[in-house]
Amino acid sequence: MAVVCFMVTMGLYFIATISFLAYLLRRSEALSKVSLAITAAGFVMHTLALVARMVGSSAAAPPSVHEALSFFSWMLILVFLAVEFRHRIHVLGSFIVPLALVSLISAAALPDTVPTLQPMFRTLWLHVTLSMLGTVGFAVAFVAGVMYLIQDRLLKSKRFNVLYAKLPALDFLDHLNQQSIILGFPLLTLGIVTGAISAEFAKGAYVSWNPEQTWALVTWLFYFVVLLGRLTVGWRAKRAAYLTVIGFAGVILTLIGVVLKSYGTVS
Amino acid sequence: MHVIVVGLSHKTAPVEIREKLAVPESRMGEALSRLTSYSGVKEGLLLSTCNRVEVYSVVDDIDQGYGRIQEFLADTHLSLSSEQLTPHLYWHAGDRAITHLFRVAASLDSMIVGESQILGQLKDAFESALSHKTTGLIMNKVVKKAISVAKRVRTETKIAEMAVSVSYAAVELAKKIFSDLGQRTVLLVGAGEMAKLAAQHLIAQGVGQVRITTRTPQHAVDLAEKFGGTAVPFEQYKDDMASADIVLVSTGASHYLISADDVQRAVTARMNRPMFLIDISVPRNIDPAVRHVDNAFLFDIDDLKQRVEKNRAERLQEADKAEQMVVEEVGVLREWMKSLEVTPTIVALKQRAEEIKRSELDKALGRLAHLPAQDRELVEGLASSIVNKMIHGTMVTLKSEVNSSSGSAFVEAARRFFSLEAVPPPDTCGESAVEPPSCLARETSEPLIEQAPSRTTSRKQP
Repeated sequence: MAVVCFMVTMGLYFIATISFLAYLLRRSEALSKVSLAITAAGFVMHTLALVARMVGSSAAAPPSVHEALSFFSWMLILVFLAVEFRHRIHVLGSFIVPLALVSLISAAALPDTVPTLQPMFRTLWLHVTLSMLGTVGFAVAFVAGVMYLIQDRLLKSKRFNVLYAKLPALDFLDHLNQQSIILGFPLLTLGIVTGAISAEFAKGAYVSWNPEQTWALVTWLFYFVVLLGRLTVGWRAKRAAYLTVIGFAGVILTLIGVVLKSYGTVS
Repeated sequence: MHVIVVGLSHKTAPVEIREKLAVPESRMGEALSRLTSYSGVKEGLLLSTCNRVEVYSVVDDIDQGYGRIQEFLADTHLSLSSEQLTPHLYWHAGDRAITHLFRVAASLDSMIVGESQILGQLKDAFESALSHKTTGLIMNKVVKKAISVAKRVRTETKIAEMAVSVSYAAVELAKKIFSDLGQRTVLLVGAGEMAKLAAQHLIAQGVGQVRITTRTPQHAVDLAEKFGGTAVPFEQYKDDMASADIVLVSTGASHYLISADDVQRAVTARMNRPMFLIDISVPRNIDPAVRHVDNAFLFDIDDLKQRVEKNRAERLQEADKAEQMVVEEVGVLREWMKSLEVTPTIVALKQRAEEIKRSELDKALGRLAHLPAQDRELVEGLASSIVNKMIHGTMVTLKSEVNSSSGSAFVEAARRFFSLEAVPPPDTCGESAVEPPSCLARETSEPLIEQAPSRTTSRKQP
């Protein structure tokens, strides 16, 4: 059941991605409605898939990478649908839905059995969930940053094309960027804290300074500086957009590190 | 029954004439009832905006109708004579009148093609006419159709999205930088015509605050009063720039008033919040090097004009599409108008048959008082079936010929054969605009239609 729902979801997100990308380049409002409907249908299937999996799995088992990525993708679409519902910015879908699809495909590519971390402690799922939620915030900030940079470039070079007409106002994108980080940062912080506590109980040390932990801390510090800079010395607009794009690259590297390590331990 | 329009617009009349004719909301009711009190004027709608004053009407006779409405318009303002008015007026009837209304509603006839205000104004005019009961079946249908055509044009073409003037283009650009103009401040440097126009547009779009500076202090104060803003001394506007989200410059100065450094300072003071600078002066007043300042977006008159030109080409294409839609929709309405001519004929025919049957029956039954009730019913039934069979063929033919080219000839023939002189009023089907097919179906399925004596027919014989 869970597998079928998952596959259907992936198919729907795939179609939605194509449709949303077509919307980016064409003057058709109908396309946005179609894309949106497909995404919403995909989201419902995805929710079913997650519920089915939750019912099927035992509470004690540590969350697998597959589950974490699937959850990440689900949250991403949820945030998109919420923003879309509130602000009617269809073009956001052209950026977020492909990202969710990539995450889902990565999830599918990994066997279910690859755990995120060794089952050291029972609150591990809390660590994973919080970290993933923080990552969703950074992902949305990343998307807002990319859109900001595109729109900034189009305005500066005075190219008023279809994309220009569809992208929202600069200050909206900057605001979305800010809100996403303000929400994402504390969640990631809590994620790291719970992870550290888990580690302390399991291994007797909060941090073992392995590469992916180090990367996570560097990323955390980076976002801390970005947030601080925005609130104090005015690192907003274009600079903030650049910084969040770079920061997200750090997040991705960390995730890849985690996955590779877990994969290594399994095989 | 003909739909006609008589009016004038920004294309035919100067503002001095238009403003005299304009009918304010408060006097709409009075004007409408005066309009429909003219003999031969069955239905009326008055569209009065700053760019046009038009009277749409349903009349018995086209030429007579033209005369009546012209009279009506001349009477609207004391100092206007019919002779003064005539050179500015246009007259259309039938399809051309309907086409005109559709084009007006779809904003194809507007000063700024594609602007959306006119549709709201038409709706308001229609509301007033409805509340004063000066429209009937035909006008209701025509206006509703016009509104739906306008909506169709707006959704199916890009005409409404097009920026068509430089100042409009400026507003459009501002909206790509600031999502909510309500919290934004505009600084107007200098008072060129274009800048004033752009400022007006921005204010119309709900911009939060307006600050104005000019070399002549009094000028700034006057303008500030006009726009509901504040005047800023010319010496300190550069310091003031940091508080402005939008800077609109148009002075007669022959050199750069604002340098890239000035803008960089302002942006820094604004903690990198984006800034939108519009330079409408020729020669330019803002150093083009501002382009290299991050988070400052400078557009000069050529950029805006280029934006407008690009739009204009697209807009013409879209306007063509829209015109095509209007033609299509007029065709749809024409069919309806034709069927409408048949409907009252059928109604009158049945009414006439019913009258004859009734009077003959009354006479006969008066003499057959000795018959039992059962037999009397039989006689009545006999009369009914003879009459119905008699007119059945005619009705079927009329209905089937509705859409043929000779449809009106059949209607005419039927009217003569059965001596149906008086045309029933168009609001036979009730006050609301009932769709003609349902109207037709209802009347043919019920043998007797009560013909309400209408105000329109009674007005014909005062």
